[in-house]
Amino acid sequence: MAELELMTAPAVVESDQDRTMILNMGPQHPSTHGVLRLVLEIDGEVVVRVAPDIGYLHTGIEKTCEAKFYQQVVPLTDRIDYLSPMHNNLCYCLAVEKLLELEVPERAQWLRVLLSELTRLNSHLVWLGTHAMDLGALTVFLYCFREREEILRIFDAVAGQRMMTSYFRIGGVSLEPPLDFHDRVRKLLKSLPEKIDEYENLLSGNPIFINRTKNVGLLSAEDAIALGVTGPPLRASGVDWDLRRDMPYSSYEKFQFKVPVSTDCDVWARYVLRVQEMRESVKIATQALDGLPEGRIKADAPKIVLPDREAMKTQMEALIHHFKIVTEGFAVPAGQVYQAIESSRGEMGYFVVSDGTAKPYRVHMRNPTFATLQAIEKMCVGRLLADVVAAIGSIDIVLGEIDR
Amino acid sequence: MESVSSQSDQEDKNAVLAAQADHPAVAALTQQCPDAILDAKFDRNELTLTMARERIGDACRAVQSAGYNFLADVTCVDWYPNQPRFQVAYHILSHTLKQRIRLCVLVDESDPSVDSITSVWPAANFYEREVFDLFGVRFGGHPNLRRILLPEEFRGNPLRKDFPVEGYR
Repeated sequence: MAELELMTAPAVVESDQDRTMILNMGPQHPSTHGVLRLVLEIDGEVVVRVAPDIGYLHTGIEKTCEAKFYQQVVPLTDRIDYLSPMHNNLCYCLAVEKLLELEVPERAQWLRVLLSELTRLNSHLVWLGTHAMDLGALTVFLYCFREREEILRIFDAVAGQRMMTSYFRIGGVSLEPPLDFHDRVRKLLKSLPEKIDEYENLLSGNPIFINRTKNVGLLSAEDAIALGVTGPPLRASGVDWDLRRDMPYSSYEKFQFKVPVSTDCDVWARYVLRVQEMRESVKIATQALDGLPEGRIKADAPKIVLPDREAMKTQMEALIHHFKIVTEGFAVPAGQVYQAIESSRGEMGYFVVSDGTAKPYRVHMRNPTFATLQAIEKMCVGRLLADVVAAIGSIDIVLGEIDR
Repeated sequence: MESVSSQSDQEDKNAVLAAQADHPAVAALTQQCPDAILDAKFDRNELTLTMARERIGDACRAVQSAGYNFLADVTCVDWYPNQPRFQVAYHILSHTLKQRIRLCVLVDESDPSVDSITSVWPAANFYEREVFDLFGVRFGGHPNLRRILLPEEFRGNPLRKDFPVEGYR
């Protein structure tokens, strides 16, 4: 009997099935930021394999787009990424404007830059608060949401909505900003650098936060490029690439800003980099506010852009155009375009195919965290289970845009 | 009629290839797999090259070595009821050249399959799964070709044009 046990013993030890266990993290787990399910194979507390399971929030937005007029797709794009709605609006509008070969007035372009940067600040503030909270630093969350509240109030004043703004429209922006817009934004931008110092005071010297993030979730530059990683995680791996600077859109080439890059490749580097990015965003937004040109906010294209309310009430043509756009949409010349912008999370791309009718034939959204999620295995394998939480937080995951 | 249009397509293709001869991707592809280029378009500042279906792996390796180092996106368009029905589109970016190209492959409905390019860019993994899930195009040699967004037991491919927007009830 004893001999038999010895003979069978090695087989038992070698079998991975008995050494490791499968652990489900999510879909209902506070640190997965939504409904991400990670199937983890762990050996004791060391991660052996990670398999992300996504799709819990899939609503078929791409299919819905095909049934709508071009202008009706704009509010759908907000709902993909609820933390950076304006980036989605911008990317879609730029793609359709490229198909239409429509020139947008300078004032609208600068307003788009200004609000895009406020959106980035909004998104990074939520990221910073929740990421720190995942790692046990609860206070930062409250401070971040304090500033975010003011940004959302500005969005409310500008667009009439706090989150699902739909402010950018094909051919420009929907409304002229309110009278106190300048003062409010300036006050916010003036106060932000101090507030960012405050967050850094809470985290950068915090030994727990440092130990949880330094040398955790390592991702080399080669792996990052091979796996399609973009945005802050790519720049934190030492690749100097930012679409705002390298392939400018919406007159970003007229702004001076630095692109922070780090070669540390870890969660800490992604934190440092995003905080630096917030400071740069404040600079860009300040430049946009200072130099905001006067002029029209919508392109002069009566068959595409809705007329002003006043014109509609006094001019028959404006009323006809309004009626036509709302009931029949507008035809877009056939073609295929891919337009990419730098969103808070990386390269957001819209692939829009037109067959010459008033409804898009196909709208595909290339969302940054969908690709970045593939790198989670590289970041986590061989590390402790608790580091998975830090790694997920560091890629700034938004499940809405992954699942669409 | 058919032959006339295909002949003019051929002329268009040659004109675009000649005009873009010093474009790094065009140069690499005309050198390494000239017979695989079926069509070329330059529209709204975007270069689209349609490749032979079985040569997509070679084409990707050729443009990768020409400096197009980053696979941004893989997706599909359903041209139902036209044949070939599916157009699989690969958006590839070069960090050094600051340029994008689009490679396309036309896939017939009778055998909706393409070779996977996960060996060239591992990033294609999720994207190809998404195309498989929503269009039903299979990718040969893919390491884990399963549905990604929809549940395993889901029937049909919702982004096909013959799938109703409201779904089946």
